[in-house]
Amino acid sequence: MSMDRRKFLKIAGLSALVGLGGSEAFELLQPGAVDASEGHEGEGEANEGHEGPYAGDKIRWGIAIDIIKLGENPAMAKKIITTCHYEHNVPDWGNPKDAVKWIWEDDYEHSFPDSYNDLMAEKVEGMPFLLLCNHCDRPPCVRVCPTKATFRRPDGVVAMDYHRCIGCRFCMAACPYGSRSFNWLDPRIALKREGRKLNPRFPTRMRGVVEKCNLCVERLDAGKLPACVEAAPDIMIFGNLVDADSPVRKVLRERVSMRRKIQLGSKPSVFYLV
Amino acid sequence: MYDSGKVIIGLVIFFGFFTFAFWYNMGKAAPAPKPKLDTPVIKKMVKKQCIESTHFMRTTHMQLLNHLRDQALRQGNRWYTNKRGEKVWISLQNTCLKCHSNKKEFCDKCHNYVGVDPYCWDCHFDPNRSKL
Repeated sequence: MSMDRRKFLKIAGLSALVGLGGSEAFELLQPGAVDASEGHEGEGEANEGHEGPYAGDKIRWGIAIDIIKLGENPAMAKKIITTCHYEHNVPDWGNPKDAVKWIWEDDYEHSFPDSYNDLMAEKVEGMPFLLLCNHCDRPPCVRVCPTKATFRRPDGVVAMDYHRCIGCRFCMAACPYGSRSFNWLDPRIALKREGRKLNPRFPTRMRGVVEKCNLCVERLDAGKLPACVEAAPDIMIFGNLVDADSPVRKVLRERVSMRRKIQLGSKPSVFYLV
Repeated sequence: MYDSGKVIIGLVIFFGFFTFAFWYNMGKAAPAPKPKLDTPVIKKMVKKQCIESTHFMRTTHMQLLNHLRDQALRQGNRWYTNKRGEKVWISLQNTCLKCHSNKKEFCDKCHNYVGVDPYCWDCHFDPNRSKL
């Protein structure tokens, strides 16, 4: 078939028009379809028809950490960390590159980098802060996990299923709190080298998975308190954030509290009492 | 056929070598292992039974373990109701290995025999050993 110049220009012009108007055509046929596929979930959707932050949930576990009391008795931080690390067989590699962190200590500047200033009171600056997974209401790590190895339980705990973790470390990039650690090496090497007594009730991890604080789900499911709370009940205050009479809610009503990096919108459930 | 004598002898020798492994191991099949059940906890039991029937456990324990793992970890429901209607706390280290405290004699024996290497033991360990 031969085509003269006039016919070619006509077809070319028509094609260009259709091409330019492509996304509009989609919009015309199926309004909102393009937006939806790009992951714009409605902001208020999760809380629609609810009142208050956790309304609609029955259980929403949370921890309040009394920084003032911890500052008065800084030796307790060590005790809490040791208890947690024994409970979950967390290895100590002795270097920051391989470090596996479930609960750890840092200073104010690195815990609250957004509310730090150069003229801080010296007392505050030197205070020890206990950091752990914030068990966010909208956990970014869960959103990026390609295998659903990390997921949010109905009680708000952001849990890990090590059987499914493929070690891609997307969650580590997504977590704004540095609460996730990768097992570069077999953790049993470090546990053996330490010669430490292991907790026979809890497994270790293996090389190539990401791990983090699990808010002691294995203890919660058995009706016990998290190990850190049991080790220091006056510093770590645990409870159900939905229940207005729970110990956390009580202490949060009475004291000034802050959470880490709230402007990111991940809604942490670990509170710092100051 | 040229040199048929040499060719046939060559073929016989070749097949002899080729099937050597079968000749050599003939009648020497490794006996099926008998996993030991004589741990202190099992000895004390009046009625010696696992959470399900022996036949079911022997044939389906892998599927059951996978299923219970997902139920406990992902759904947070750590109680398993077995066919006898009893409730069992789901935990490999705290429930299974409490009775079967002889991992080497019980788990490993059959797994080695059939040549499977389940990745359970990459993380879970025998709780009866305080050190790895």
